[in-house]
Amino acid sequence: MSDAAILSAPARRRGASGEAITAWALGLPAVLAYLVLLLLPTLAAILLAFTDYELGAPAFAWIGLGNFTELLGDRGFAQALRNTIFYVAVVTPGSILGALAIALLIEAGTRGRTLFRAVFFLPVVSLTVAMASAWQYLLHPSIGPLNAVLRQVGIAGPAWLSSSDTVMWSLAAIGIWENLGFNLVLFLAGLTAIPRELYAAAEVDGAPSAWERFRLVTWPMLGPTTLFVLTITMIRSVRVFDTVKVLTQGGPNKASEVLLHAMYLEGFTYFRLGYSAAITLVFLAIVLALMWLQTRVLDKRVHYG
Amino acid sequence: MTESVTGIVVENATRNFAGQQVLKGVSLAVAAGEFVALVGPSGCGKSTLMRLIAGIDRPDSGRILINGRDVTTLRPAARDVAMVFQSYALYPHLTVAENIAVPLAMRRMSAAQRLPLLGRFWPGSQARRRGIREEVGSAALALGLGSLLDRRPAQLSGGQRQRVALARAIVRHPAAFLMDEPLSNLDAALRVHTRREIVEIHRRAGAATLYVTHDQAEALTMADRVAVMQAGQILQVASPRAIYADPDDLRVATFIGSPRINTLPAEIDGHGLARVAGFPTGVRLCGAERVTGAATLALRPEDLFLADGGIPATAEGLEFLGESLLLHARHVGTGTALVLRLPPELVPDLPPGSRVTLGFDPGRALLFDAQGRRLRDTAVVPEPSLV
Ligand SMILES: Nc1ncnc2c1ncn2[C@@H]1O[C@H](COP(=O)(O)OP(=O)(O)OP(=O)(O)O)[C@@H](O)[C@H]1O
Ligand SMILES: [Mg+2]
Repeated sequence: MSDAAILSAPARRRGASGEAITAWALGLPAVLAYLVLLLLPTLAAILLAFTDYELGAPAFAWIGLGNFTELLGDRGFAQALRNTIFYVAVVTPGSILGALAIALLIEAGTRGRTLFRAVFFLPVVSLTVAMASAWQYLLHPSIGPLNAVLRQVGIAGPAWLSSSDTVMWSLAAIGIWENLGFNLVLFLAGLTAIPRELYAAAEVDGAPSAWERFRLVTWPMLGPTTLFVLTITMIRSVRVFDTVKVLTQGGPNKASEVLLHAMYLEGFTYFRLGYSAAITLVFLAIVLALMWLQTRVLDKRVHYG
Repeated sequence: MTESVTGIVVENATRNFAGQQVLKGVSLAVAAGEFVALVGPSGCGKSTLMRLIAGIDRPDSGRILINGRDVTTLRPAARDVAMVFQSYALYPHLTVAENIAVPLAMRRMSAAQRLPLLGRFWPGSQARRRGIREEVGSAALALGLGSLLDRRPAQLSGGQRQRVALARAIVRHPAAFLMDEPLSNLDAALRVHTRREIVEIHRRAGAATLYVTHDQAEALTMADRVAVMQAGQILQVASPRAIYADPDDLRVATFIGSPRINTLPAEIDGHGLARVAGFPTGVRLCGAERVTGAATLALRPEDLFLADGGIPATAEGLEFLGESLLLHARHVGTGTALVLRLPPELVPDLPPGSRVTLGFDPGRALLFDAQGRRLRDTAVVPEPSLV
């Protein structure tokens, strides 16, 4: 500071511009990566969405909103959208409430915290595609252990992954299992950060039960964590793809078709890149809407400034 | 101990953490309407004792009574105590008014009536809410929080937060009032101001108040009685005057008072005469306490003065404090550091290294045995040979 103060004004300006150049130079790799890997592909997708381009086609035409009007009438796309919403609507509360409950139990217990944390975190670090084969075996209608157990109690288990009544529920259950550990670790971190004195104050103030202390202290103090977990889980479950691709390929009869799998099919099986890009834009709009919801609406309600 | 029926009574409470005894049989009584300050060095178990009284923690042995009722195993909610925490422990998502209302709402409204939105339509809820609102209003008014009722804790200054915590504690007129270093987060000026407010609140509320502090000035100025705690034991409970002038224990004498009391190693001979490095001090031990051998003679800095004959010492430096002056010196016989508090106008120019002789009134000297216990049965030798 004192050095800067004795510099004359022009020299200071030169110093400042030199600093700016250094800053840009240091930031360049990140800026380039952002441009090449994120911004340009997004722009390309946006442009593609307004064309009828097909992979390998010699030419393409601008068709305006043609792809989007086609989407409106596309029964398969409507089904994929419905399924994705169903998946998000089951996985988000399931994995958040489950993770919160387990986190509270682990936090209240005295022993085995690291063990339980590791056990529940395992799905997060394991490869979904590999774990999907395990699920395929577990849920297999005839040789799977789940139906074997059900048979013991006299229930004929359904074909979990190949019946259109149960396939989305099965995928959602796997989704909950996948997301639970991640959310659990976040909740555990959030719980540790709550000052012990607040619980002591709640007790002295007369909070009669563990539930009242949860309502008075834990839940409000976890607000920012819960919001983050909510956003992350919703975005992660809108992106559901690999379990669908490995286990059902969207079947039976599109009963488990989801947004990203539909996009994948259009783009890489039917080579309709323009149409596939239009689905991508719908997906992008959903994710952006969720992020807007977080930053603009909910964020104000959980930070008690 | 049990004869004081009202107020807080702790009987022989112990508490261990991981094999380490943090409270070693603490007994303490705070009468209704009394203000007792608990002082002691960091880690001596003050907060632990508070938590036992509040019911946040349970003693391993011993009893706790509040207004004559044994509450040792009761939950905090059933004890009729309020506590102000060092960190204030306000609920950050609630407004000032809602924070103050929590203890009332938890006690007077059913779980259904407390529900955020539906609760207000529950039968009887409106009348109770109105009652609570009025009491919150008057508690807030008493602490000058009237204009801040709709703010959140994050929008308040430290002093304001502290007052919200106080209001939350007084709003339901508890039988016992516990405060764990409530002023330690405030700056010096605000601290002095809030001290008076807290004493004032205590006078009006009339509850038994136990007040933990690090700051002995706070303890001496605010309390009816001061309890000095060290290493999990209460050493003495007495009025501020008695704690300062008439301590039971050398540890109390050295903990209370700033600068620290001067301690000189002494010996007591067969006639009960106390000597420091061979010099007779004019203090004689008499009566039943026939102690001989090593002892400690303690003198407050203001009880020593410069004299023509007396304890030989070397001056080491002067500290000017305005109304008084501190002379740092070293006893020649034993090398003990000494501090004198002197009126500035009486002190000659004393360059470091100059020889001085120090006198004192043997009637004000405190004598302690080798274990640090006070030897009270002393007399002044008629013809003091020192001064
Ligand atoms: N929950 C606990 N588990 C283990 N040890 C504890 C626990 N609570 C307190 N202690 C120990 O008990 C001792 C006394 O702690 P306490 O908080 O009562 O001290 P204090 O007198 O309030 O100190 P301070 O003035 O610094 O607040 C400390 O040595 C502390 O480490
Ligand atoms: Mg403490």
